[in-house]
Amino acid sequence: MDKPKTYNFAREAAKALADTQLRDNLRFATQSLRQKRLAVFDDPDETEALREIGSRIKARGLTHLPRLLEELEDRCWENGIVVHWAETTEEANRIVLSIMEAHGAKKAVKGKSMVSEEMHFNAFMEARGKQALETDLGEFIIQLNNEPPSHIIVPAIHKNRKQIGKIFADKIPDTTYTEDTDILLATARRILREHYRTADIGISGVNFAVAETGTLCLVENEGNGRMCTTVPPVHVALMGLEKVVAKLEDVPPLYRLLCGSATGQRITTYFNMIKGPRKKGEKDGPKEVHLVILDNGRSRMLADPQLRKVLRCIRCGTCLNHCPVYTRIGGHAYGSTYPGPIGEILMPQLDGLDTKGELASASSLCNACSEVCPVKIPIPELIRRMRNESYLKKGTGVIPGHGAKRNAVEWIVWKGWRYSQTVPALNWLMLKTLAITGRVLPRVGPLKAWTRVRTKPVFAKESLKQLTRQEGIRHE
Amino acid sequence: MTEFPQNPSTVYYFGTCLSDMIYPEAGLAGIRLLQREGVDVIYPKGQSCCGQPAYNSGFPDEARAVALAQVKAFSGSNAPIVVPSGSCAGMMRIHYPLLFEHEPEYFKVKRFSERIFELTSFLRHSLNPTYTDKGPPITLTWHSSCHARREMGCTEDSKALLRQLSNVTLVELENEHECCGFGGTFSVKRPEISAAMVKDKVRDIQGTGASAYITGDCGCMMNISGHMESGKRPISGHHIAEFILERIHG
Repeated sequence: MDKPKTYNFAREAAKALADTQLRDNLRFATQSLRQKRLAVFDDPDETEALREIGSRIKARGLTHLPRLLEELEDRCWENGIVVHWAETTEEANRIVLSIMEAHGAKKAVKGKSMVSEEMHFNAFMEARGKQALETDLGEFIIQLNNEPPSHIIVPAIHKNRKQIGKIFADKIPDTTYTEDTDILLATARRILREHYRTADIGISGVNFAVAETGTLCLVENEGNGRMCTTVPPVHVALMGLEKVVAKLEDVPPLYRLLCGSATGQRITTYFNMIKGPRKKGEKDGPKEVHLVILDNGRSRMLADPQLRKVLRCIRCGTCLNHCPVYTRIGGHAYGSTYPGPIGEILMPQLDGLDTKGELASASSLCNACSEVCPVKIPIPELIRRMRNESYLKKGTGVIPGHGAKRNAVEWIVWKGWRYSQTVPALNWLMLKTLAITGRVLPRVGPLKAWTRVRTKPVFAKESLKQLTRQEGIRHE
Repeated sequence: MTEFPQNPSTVYYFGTCLSDMIYPEAGLAGIRLLQREGVDVIYPKGQSCCGQPAYNSGFPDEARAVALAQVKAFSGSNAPIVVPSGSCAGMMRIHYPLLFEHEPEYFKVKRFSERIFELTSFLRHSLNPTYTDKGPPITLTWHSSCHARREMGCTEDSKALLRQLSNVTLVELENEHECCGFGGTFSVKRPEISAAMVKDKVRDIQGTGASAYITGDCGCMMNISGHMESGKRPISGHHIAEFILERIHG
């Protein structure tokens, strides 16, 4: 994934807002996803109960995380799965590379994995002469066009059928332009089938890793996940360490929440439960299965009782579909692996508040995200935490890069505001001053931003405090 | 579920800072609607702002100082505190306890928070008023603030009061669930995104064919009407308290 050298959120957002085709594509796609979700979660009481269960399963998993991870590791080894631990994305990439090199592997086929995006896996492998081929249809499309995903679940959500037809015609040899989705699908299928057959290694993500049984669960709709995990001789599964759950019985509620929230399905077309390599006498399946468990800052999040809540996320992407900001600017503007509301609270923790702190400003705190989050992550509360840490004195925060936005002007403004709202005489003075000068305030700073598309607010000649006194309302 | 006091004789009124600075008539109208039901309304003069601007901008220390000033201003008795804004009410009822979760003042603040009620919910559930519409026929639409909808859950109460007005036709707003783009400091910190949101909201309001929109939150009104006025659109915005008061007085 290409990260612009000087990332500027305001500039990227403005660019996206000016792209009317993008706006139309996003509006259409996210509205359809919201409607599908609502059709599945049509009983508010049942949905609420399910979300409560889901959030508690994940919260319990996080409470016991170190023990569960060790249990998972033991069960996996017993099942014949080779377990690797990676503290950083660099380490994780090196682990996969060494597995590939041990098998003389050149070509990897990949099922959809956000952790691999977090690792910038494809770029890492390509720089070392390895081929990393995306097989999820959306990922396949954007890889053809050399773009990063713009959504956690629907990576090509920003493209419509015509744009996809054009990408196919431009990038795939001997392909003519068509808008016919059946033909486009058949083309992708033909290419991908050949890749599965000739790949040396298959890469996948993990949706749930069950500690008690050592089972890796993989949720998908296209069968590409099953192909990647069964056809090549080696399968490497990548997971963030928060994906572990205690018991097999934890999976059905989470699975239902994930399908319903992500795509509005009651169940996906494929649900893979992987419990090790091909056994003696079995005719198919990989000969080796590896599991790479990635930390990348997650244990630091786990250590803080509030930040820990981010780790409940099951990557359904529904907060994106419901966010009035994401649905207008799309994923690329966030310049990050994870866009949207979840990205606003995850990226500053992964990349630091100094580089991604701006993302936390991309919210009106309307609570649309927390209303639908299947595991009840209080996203607005965490956005406030990001904003707060951005202004903390160095050494007093928890998140890397905290204090990056600390500045004298804002400090003075908020101190002044505080005294005008806590000292009645100063409050009176402020109201008087606004009444007299409010109409002639110069259009600078916040007022300039405000009046770009709005008239200036008209300050009242008499405040409510004065008015109530005149009207004989009892003061106390 | 919120428990509403039944036919209280006295209430406190928290007018909100926006109504103090910009919309005093809306604030006063809320008081009049309460008085109309025979309630004695006290307006503590030490009140100012709920603290939400600082809280949402990443300055919780400043928000706490301002919150404590409100707790003090309303400490004369345990009477319910009525707030003509879903957003400010949500801040005081739901967020104050979170803001003071790890502070020694927690229990004092929590007791204060439990006395907070949004105006239209309080009218409907505690006072159950009857309104007779004396105004001419009018077609309206309703804009709900996000915190009225998702924190205070008072949207249905506001609409129920409006539906009592016999000459008012209430048209549902498309994308009613969606934020108008105000978000307090969001509107000036991310002006480009906020502008896109308010443009869409105004387009949807225009699409209803209504000649006015009603809301329970002055922040949204300042944003939506500010954008409408800059484009000279002939749709007026009214705070629900002011609108009801006008209609029942004819």
